[in-house]
Amino acid sequence: MKKSVFLGALTVAGLSAGAAAAGTLDDVKARGTLNCGVTTGLVGFAAPDANGVWEGFDVGVCRAVAAAVLGDSTAVEFVPTTGKTRFTALASGEIDMLARNTTWTFSRDVDLKFEFTGVNYYDGQGFMVPSGLGVSSAKELDGATVCIQTGTTTELNLADYFRSNNMNYEPVPIETNAEAQQQYLAGACDVYTTDRSGLAATRAAFEAPGDHTILPETISKEPLGPLVRHGDHEWGDVVRWTLNALIVAEELGVTSANITDMASSAGDNPEINRLLGTEGNLGEMLGLEADWAVKAISAGGNYGELFERHIGESTPIGLARGLNAQWKDGGLLYAPPFR
Amino acid sequence: MTSTTDPHTESFRLSMLIYDTRYRSTTIQVVALIGFLILIGWLISNTAQNLQDLGKEPSFRFLFEPAGYDINQRLIEYTSRSSHLRAAFVGLLNTLLVAVMGCALATVLGVLIGVLRLSKNWLVSKIMTVYVEMFRNVPVLLWIVLFMAVLIETLPAPSAFRGDDPESTMKLFESVALTNRGIYVPEPLFSRSLGDVHLFGQSALNFDVSLNLLAIVAVLVAGVFVSGRIRDRADAIQNRTGVRPTTWYLRLGVVFVPLIILLVALGFHLGYPELKGFNFGGGTHMRNSLIALWLALSLYTAAFVAEIVRAGIMAVSHGQTEAAAALGLRPRRIMGLVVLPQALRVIIPPLISQYLNLTKNSSLAIAVGYMDITGTLMGVTLNQTGRELETVLLGMLIYLTISLCISLVMNWYNNRVSLVER
Repeated sequence: MKKSVFLGALTVAGLSAGAAAAGTLDDVKARGTLNCGVTTGLVGFAAPDANGVWEGFDVGVCRAVAAAVLGDSTAVEFVPTTGKTRFTALASGEIDMLARNTTWTFSRDVDLKFEFTGVNYYDGQGFMVPSGLGVSSAKELDGATVCIQTGTTTELNLADYFRSNNMNYEPVPIETNAEAQQQYLAGACDVYTTDRSGLAATRAAFEAPGDHTILPETISKEPLGPLVRHGDHEWGDVVRWTLNALIVAEELGVTSANITDMASSAGDNPEINRLLGTEGNLGEMLGLEADWAVKAISAGGNYGELFERHIGESTPIGLARGLNAQWKDGGLLYAPPFR
Repeated sequence: MTSTTDPHTESFRLSMLIYDTRYRSTTIQVVALIGFLILIGWLISNTAQNLQDLGKEPSFRFLFEPAGYDINQRLIEYTSRSSHLRAAFVGLLNTLLVAVMGCALATVLGVLIGVLRLSKNWLVSKIMTVYVEMFRNVPVLLWIVLFMAVLIETLPAPSAFRGDDPESTMKLFESVALTNRGIYVPEPLFSRSLGDVHLFGQSALNFDVSLNLLAIVAVLVAGVFVSGRIRDRADAIQNRTGVRPTTWYLRLGVVFVPLIILLVALGFHLGYPELKGFNFGGGTHMRNSLIALWLALSLYTAAFVAEIVRAGIMAVSHGQTEAAAALGLRPRRIMGLVVLPQALRVIIPPLISQYLNLTKNSSLAIAVGYMDITGTLMGVTLNQTGRELETVLLGMLIYLTISLCISLVMNWYNNRVSLVER
């Protein structure tokens, strides 16, 4: 670990300036593949399926960007990262973008020199306990042993929450979600805490999901989103507007099913026309082809389709849209206008 | 008529730097040194330049900001409001704790196994061979993870101790609880405690030292010292008269009687672990992560130490053993008085390397979530502050210092036991 961090630090020093100056967009185009950092495996968000093909909600964002830039949603090299290695991987240029349920915070944006390109999931930290423990509120967790993934904002939120509620706890720091799952199931910790979406995804992978309860308290705001290196604004714009295209597509009713029809000729709605490149030159402004958004949306569908397929209520993870509904439906998703 | 021919004095020419063998080697070394320094300089300036371009000038100010995270095993007072420096210090103490415990156990086991491997008993020596080959040929990380998994999966959770008819009970007269969160053992308590002495005031590195502990150590040291004097006196009497006075009760007495008096005066009693809420409260909690790391590092390193001990013993000429046997010494005394002291000379230098290895291998602690210096300073702190270069450099410096200290102590010991040649 020590060695890899050190090498990472050296690579940060050696490569980043060059990488930032050269332009990630040109690099990706020249390489022909997108290097996208994801989790080491969180079902629903990013995990390889039975055939080893990466799938999930975060993976969907990677694929959409690859489709927009390269025209091929499979031209993605997925790089699994842990909570600890992800930032070094991005800063060093090992990956072009990070889509790994990463919380947008001030210090990460400003001090760590990254650029968050939007929010693809509004989340908050929660607690999961075995139902047999008889706990119904996080306020009853005084003295509990808590498993946390180290190197995450959850670690800090947890310390703040227990401190402000005058409770004691025993933290058990863990590197990956899989190890946390093992310790939690073996009873080595009473509570597992992470983002609520992560808890739901983890619980879905249990043999008996019904035996575990997610407590009602949400102790933090966790806006999760893709991020890129600070300073490369051209590339940042590509990732930001690809995500916005997915969100606005849902708002405008553009789905993977009807997009071929809609993109074949200019329709009545000028915003759809601009989005799909049948009118205006938005693609050119981004340095991409005119039908970039068509490719991005065709890759896995619009935001709503991605959500339903990977983490929605029909999946084992069963997350409701909640805050992640469109603004028209009372949620927080609000993509700026395409014009 | 003798004439002496003056040696032909040649003025120095630049070409001699290359063509004259007297200067050539120096020239090559100077050029290589300059090249090396330029390379280092380039690396440093390149790193500094790139960090500046990123807007991340090296700065150690983050060390004094609140860390914000909690650490489960802390030997000194620490809360999430303490500084990153304090967190690093907590981690450093955890590293030292496991390193000291590991070196001690590895040495004891290693010497035992090394000696037993030379045993004439076929079964014993073969079992030891299997042990050595098994442990040293599997990466230590796997051992650490395996020990942790065994502890977590086989031992009962604290909840199994609950209820009227619990699945598990505490061992050893209800005093020790073996759980999959660690082992809870009774803790020493003092009802008339002398209190603590607070060192380093308000600085980030302040800590308390228990006066009870200091008093106990002082009494023990004094007792052992007096006991040594009694032995010396007995030796002198034996040399003078040939009769050794019986002193064992005296020697035991001077060590234990004052100690017992002190413990009674301090109101010594044991605090037993007790199930409270989610976990056991009271008692001393040895976490699984510490136990797994400690056992794995010790057993792994013991395999190497055993080989070193075996090599050391075999390096002592067999004639020594035979000579000692001819003097009528019994095998155990031959080993203890003749062979091992001579073998130590061969054993110590490679043993230093093993101690250093064990200490450095303890940085694998994060695999089981043991918060050592790698887990705190180069783990969470690095991640939360994004100061890769600073934390890693600082961490390397700390490991370097620890290793050099171990080397220093062991070299001093080596000089003491090495053969004095005249």
